[in-house]
Amino acid sequence: MNIEVVNKMSVKSLEELKKLREESKKKVSLRKEGKGDYIELMVGMATCGIAAGARTTLSALMDEIQKKDIDNIKVVQVGCLGYCHSEPIVQVNEPGKEPIIYGNVDDKRAREIINKHIINHELIDDAIIIETYKKP
Amino acid sequence: MDTVRSHIMVCGGTGCVSSDSEKLITLFKEKLSSVDYDKEVNVIRTGCFGFCGQGPIVKIHPDNVFYVQVKLDDVDEIVEEHIIKGRIVKRLLYEEPFYKRKVQSTSKMDFYKKQYRIALRNCGIINPEEIEEYIAYDGYEALGKALLEMSAEEVTNILKDAGLRGRGGGGFPTGLKWEFTSKSPGNQKYIICNADEGDPGAFMDRSILEGDPHSVLEAMAIGGYATGANSGIVYIRAEYPLAIKRLNIAIEQAREFGFLGKDIFGSGFDFDISVKLGAGAFVCGEETALIHSVEGKRGEPTKKPPFPSESGYQGKPTTVNNVETFANVCPIILKGSQWFSSIGTETSKGTKVFALAGSVNNVGLVEVPMGTTLREIIYDIGGGIIGGKEFKAVQTGGPSGGVITVNDLDTPIDYESLKNIGSMMGSGGMIIMDETSCMVNIAKFYLDFSQDESCGKCTPCRIGVKRMYEILERITKGEGQLEDLEKLELLANMIKHSSLCGLGQTAPNPVLSTMKYFREEYLEHVENHYCRAGECKDLLKYSIDSNKCIGCTACAKVCPVSCITGKPKEIHKIDQTQCISCGACFDACKFDAVIKP
Amino acid sequence: MGTVNIVFNDTKLEVEEGITILEAAKKIGVHIPTLCHLDLEGFGIVNQVASCRVCVVEVEGRETLVPSCAEKVYDGMVIHSDSIKAMSGRRMAVELLLSNHPKDCLSCAKNLECELQSLAQELGIRDIYWEGERVDYKKDTSTFSLIKDPNKCVMCRRCETMCNEVQTCNVLSAVNRGFESFVGPAFNMDMADSACTFCGQCVAVCPTAALTEMDNTGQVWNQLVNPKKHVVVQIAPAVRVAIGEMFGLEPGTLTTGKIVTALRKLGFDGVFDTNFGADLTIIEEATELIHRINHNGTLPMLTSCCPAWVKFFEHQFPDLLDIPSTCKSPQIMFGTIAKTYYAEKQNIDPENISVVSIMPCLAKKAEAKRPELTKDEESNVDIVITTREFGRMMKSAGIDFANLPDGEFDKIMGESTGASVIFGTTGGVIEAAVRTAYEWLTDEELEDVNFKQLRGLDGIREASVFIGETELRIGIAHGLGNARKLLDEIKAGKSKFHAIEIMACPGGCIGGGGQPYHHGDMEVIRKRQEALYVDDENKIHRKSHENKEIIQLYKEFIGEPYGEKAHELLHTHYVARQKI
Repeated sequence: MNIEVVNKMSVKSLEELKKLREESKKKVSLRKEGKGDYIELMVGMATCGIAAGARTTLSALMDEIQKKDIDNIKVVQVGCLGYCHSEPIVQVNEPGKEPIIYGNVDDKRAREIINKHIINHELIDDAIIIETYKKP
Repeated sequence: MDTVRSHIMVCGGTGCVSSDSEKLITLFKEKLSSVDYDKEVNVIRTGCFGFCGQGPIVKIHPDNVFYVQVKLDDVDEIVEEHIIKGRIVKRLLYEEPFYKRKVQSTSKMDFYKKQYRIALRNCGIINPEEIEEYIAYDGYEALGKALLEMSAEEVTNILKDAGLRGRGGGGFPTGLKWEFTSKSPGNQKYIICNADEGDPGAFMDRSILEGDPHSVLEAMAIGGYATGANSGIVYIRAEYPLAIKRLNIAIEQAREFGFLGKDIFGSGFDFDISVKLGAGAFVCGEETALIHSVEGKRGEPTKKPPFPSESGYQGKPTTVNNVETFANVCPIILKGSQWFSSIGTETSKGTKVFALAGSVNNVGLVEVPMGTTLREIIYDIGGGIIGGKEFKAVQTGGPSGGVITVNDLDTPIDYESLKNIGSMMGSGGMIIMDETSCMVNIAKFYLDFSQDESCGKCTPCRIGVKRMYEILERITKGEGQLEDLEKLELLANMIKHSSLCGLGQTAPNPVLSTMKYFREEYLEHVENHYCRAGECKDLLKYSIDSNKCIGCTACAKVCPVSCITGKPKEIHKIDQTQCISCGACFDACKFDAVIKP
Repeated sequence: MGTVNIVFNDTKLEVEEGITILEAAKKIGVHIPTLCHLDLEGFGIVNQVASCRVCVVEVEGRETLVPSCAEKVYDGMVIHSDSIKAMSGRRMAVELLLSNHPKDCLSCAKNLECELQSLAQELGIRDIYWEGERVDYKKDTSTFSLIKDPNKCVMCRRCETMCNEVQTCNVLSAVNRGFESFVGPAFNMDMADSACTFCGQCVAVCPTAALTEMDNTGQVWNQLVNPKKHVVVQIAPAVRVAIGEMFGLEPGTLTTGKIVTALRKLGFDGVFDTNFGADLTIIEEATELIHRINHNGTLPMLTSCCPAWVKFFEHQFPDLLDIPSTCKSPQIMFGTIAKTYYAEKQNIDPENISVVSIMPCLAKKAEAKRPELTKDEESNVDIVITTREFGRMMKSAGIDFANLPDGEFDKIMGESTGASVIFGTTGGVIEAAVRTAYEWLTDEELEDVNFKQLRGLDGIREASVFIGETELRIGIAHGLGNARKLLDEIKAGKSKFHAIEIMACPGGCIGGGGQPYHHGDMEVIRKRQEALYVDDENKIHRKSHENKEIIQLYKEFIGEPYGEKAHELLHTHYVARQKI
C-alpha cells in the first residue's frame, strides 16, 4: 500500500487531537441533548417577536456565547411567549431555578444577559418583565 | 450576523435517500437562501436514525424536534413555521399508534426508550462526510490512547475482558481472535473488515458505514496495532454504492489528518486501508471465501483448519471482523472493559443492532442491550403487530437462522439462548410474522436463497440444498407426500453435519426450525393440501362471499366432500381444511358468490 | 516431528504429529473411502480440497463431520469412522452425487474403471432417495484428443489441481455457481479454443468419465478391413512396459514381443517400432545441437518430441520459438519415412499407406493433425490411438495377450537401439542424444553409455556431462510447471544450460494421459521406468547412430543428417499462439 499523504494537517499527539476536538465541538454544540443540566435561553420568535427584531436578539446571544466560550447553554427559538408588548422576549431557564423572562431585549441587552446573568449570576432587575417575577 | 443557531439534520441513509432525502437537502438550502436564513441555519446530511419505517427523517437542533415522513412539499412549511417563527409543525411529528399522541423528542418515543446505542452512537448525530464532526464526538481519541499509552497486548486484553463477541453471527470472542493473530508467527499480517452483509433484508452494517465510517476505520487501526497488522482491507459488497462512497471519503480524510498512513500519532506505527468490492456472492461473507475473493480467486471457502489467524490472506495471519464488531471497539477503549461488560448478559456482553422488519408497526434499525427480551423488542420497541393481528413467529439469523414462537418470546436475547431454542443471533435480521405468513413458504424462501448462493464446491450443499428446495417446492405446490417430510428432515440433518462451510451447515436451519414448531402446517400442506396462511397459491381453496350468498344451498348439494355448511336462506361456508378445490360449487352458484382461488 | 496419542475406532494409537486422519487410518488397516482426494506420492501432486465429503469421519467434541483426507491429527483426538453418523454422511454424499449423475454406466467409457461406480458398489447403494433435477450440458468434442462431459463432473477438482498447479496451464477452473457448477475453461469455451496442451493429465486423474480420451479405434478398424489400404503400425516405448497391466500383468512387464504378435493378429500389414523413429530423431537432434554449439546458435536447445510441451511453449512463451529443436517427434518422423522411403522400397502408393501410432499420449492425437506435419496434403501420421484403446481393441478381438508368443518387428523400420527405448522416461531423450553427441564431438568410442546423472524422478534435474574437456550442462524437467520454471530462467537470460529435455507428463511418457490408469499409485510409474532401463541394458546396440537400418536410410535416401532433404522431411516449425 503506497500512500502519498499530504500531511499538512497531520495530528501527531493527543494534545493536538484535543485542540482539534475542542474546535470541532463548537461546530456541533447545537446538537447537544439529553441530560438537561444546561441552561436554556428561549427567544420568542413569533410574528410579533420577529417584527420587533428577535432575529437580531438571537444572533447576538449566539455570538456572545461563542465569544465567551460558554459550554452548557442552548438558545432555542420558540413561538409567542405572550408578552407581545415587550418583544423581543428572552426566557432564561436554569436547571433548579425559576425561569426569568426578560423583555425588550435588543442586541445590547442580549449581550448583557449573557455577561451579567449567565456568567456573573446577576439578575438584570430592570429588564425583567415585572408580572413574571416576584422578588423574594 | 453569521452565528449559526440551528442545524437541520436530514437523514442520508440509503432508505431515506430512496425517498428523496437528498432532494430535501437541496430544497432546504434553497428555501433558507431565499429567506436569507442560510447563514444562520445549516442543513446537514447525517446517518441513519434507525426509525426507517417513518422516513424521511428530519431533526432540528437545538430544539430537538424529530419530524417524520417529511415530503418535498413540507420543506417550505418547516422553514416558514418552525425555523422562522419557532412554531413546531405538529402534523409532521411522530404519532404513537396506541394512544395516538404526538411525540416531539426521541427520548419520549417507545421506539427509542429501550435502545442503547453504542455501534450506532454517531448515526443521526454527525455528518459522516466531515471528519471534524467525528473528532468532535471523541473520534480518534481511542486510537491515540491505544498507540501512545497502551501496548498491543494491553489493547487485546481490554477487548478480551470486555467480552465483545463477533457481531457477524459467529459470536466468536473478538479479543481471543486478535490474540491468536498476534501470536501467529510472521512479519506481514492483515486485518480485514467483512462488510459483505449478505443476509437478505439486513442493513446494520450498511447503516454504520453510511452514517459513521470513521468508527470502523479507527477500530481497524486499533486492531492492526493489537494484532501486528499494518495493512487493513475493507471487503464491501458492490451493492452498497453510498457506503462505498462515504468509506472512500472517510479514508481520504483520515489520511489527510494522519490517522492513516505512516507514523500515526508519532507512535511509529504505520497503517493504511484499501477497499475491495464484492461481486454479488453471499458466500463471500464466509471468511475464507472472502479472503480468496480479495486474493482475486474464485470466492469459495476452504477447509478450516488452518484458520485465517494462522494462514489467511496470501497465506499470512489475518483477522476478519464484522463491521458492527469494529463499531464497538472505540467506546470500549475509551470507557473501559468494565463499562462494556456491565451491559448485557453473562455470556453476551454489550448491545446488538437488529434490523426489525416484517409485520411490525415500527420498522427499522434498533440497538438494544443483550438480554432484552424478544417481547420487548417486538412490542415495546416495535410497537406490536400491524393491524392488531396475531403474532405468529419471529425469524432471526436470516437464511442461517430459525423461527421463534410465542412460547419463547420472553427469552432474553443472547448468543446461547437463541441457539438453545433452535435459532441463532446471526447478523441481526429480525423478521416478524403474523398469521398471514406460511411457515413452509418461509422455509422455501430461505432455501431458494441458499441454493442460489451456494458456491457449489461441496456435495451436501451443492446437491443436497437443491434437493431440499425441490422437496419444499413440491410441498408448496400441493404435490408433497408424507414421506417427503421424513426425507426433508433426514437430508437437513445430514447436510448440517457434512457441509464444508457455514453456508451449507446452516442452510437447513429454517427447515428444521419450522418443522419443529409448525409441523402441523407441513402436515396440512401434505395431507390436506391446505395452506392456512393463504400464501401458497396452488393450495388455495374456494370460499364464499358473504355479501353475495343468498343461501340457496345449490353449492352444498354438489360438493363431493360435503364441506359446505349452512342452513337455507343463510350464508354458507366452505371448510377450508376439507375443500379439494374441484370447483363444483363455483359452477353451481348462480349468484357469483363463490370465490375461485 | 513428535508423536501424538489418538483413539481410532476404539483402538489407541501413537502416530506422528501432523499426519492426516486418513493416513492414521491406514496404519491400523481401517479403510475410509475417498473420492476427490488424490496424493501422487513422490511427485508432489496433492489434491486435498475436501469437497466431496465422502471420507468424512466423526471426531468427538466436533459438531460437524470432519474430512479425514485433510484434517490433521492432534493429541487426544478420538475418531470414529464407523459410527452411524459418519457412515450416514458418507452414504448421503455418494447418493447425492448419484442423483445428479447420468445413468449410462453400461456404455460409459469408464465402465468398471469409474471411481464413483466403485464407491456406489462398495457402499451397497440400491436406491436413490434424492431424485430431482439433473444438469444437462453439451459434451465438448471440439478437440482431437479428449472429450469433456460436464454432466459427469463430480467437482472433485483433481483436473483443476493438475492443470493449474502442476501443469500451470491454468485452463480449467470451476464455472458457474451452486448446483450448476462444473469444471471447465473460462466462459465455458471449447477446449480447442483454450490454451490446453492436450497433455491428458486431467484425463489421467479424473475419477469419472467427465474427462476421457477421444476414441479412434473405430477408424483403425476401418483401415484394417479396407483391402486397398496398407496399414502400418508403430508402437511407442512407453506402451510396452504398461500394456500388460490391462491383462493382469505386473506394471513394468516388458511385453514387446507379445505386442508384435497381437498386432499381426489384428491384421496390420507392417508392424514397426517407434524406437526406429526415435533413433532417427537422435541423429537429427544431436547434429542440430552440435551445429548450434559450434556455430554460436541459440542455446539452450530444447527437445521437441513431446507435443504437449510444444503446444505449451507456443501458448505461453511465443516469443521463444527459436529455442526448441526443429526436429519432428519420433512418431512423425516415422510416419514421414513410412510414406516416402518405405513406400518407395515396397513399391506401394503412399496414398494407400495408413500410418497408425499406438502412443501413451493424448497430445499425439492432436499432433498428427497439425497442418504443418503433412506431405502432399496427407498427414505424416494418420491415426493415433492410446495404450488404453489398443488394450480395448485386443480385448474385443478376444486376444489372450498374456499368453501370446513373442514376435519380431518387420524389417526396414523395425530395428532400434537401447538409446531409443529410454525415450519413454524422463531423462531418456537427452541421455540418448548425449550418447551420440559424445562420440561425434570427441571422435572417441563411448565406453560407458550409462549417464546415471541424468536419471531419476525429481521434477527438475541438473547434470553435467563432460565431453572431453567441454562441460555440457543439461537441464531436465518433467511436468509443465517445472518446465515453466526453466523457461522463465531462459526468458530472464539466466539459463546456464546447453540443452534441456522437457516432458509434460509425470515421469515422462510412461506417465502419459493415455496409459492404463494408475489410480493414484505412483509405484506403477516407477516400475515402468525401471523396465525401460532394463530393456536398454539388454540391447546389443545402445547408441542411436549404431542402428544399421538408420544408417542404411541415410545412405540410400536422406543423405546428410541435418542436410537439405533431412530438413524437408524431418524438421518442422512452430506457431505463436495466444494464452486464451
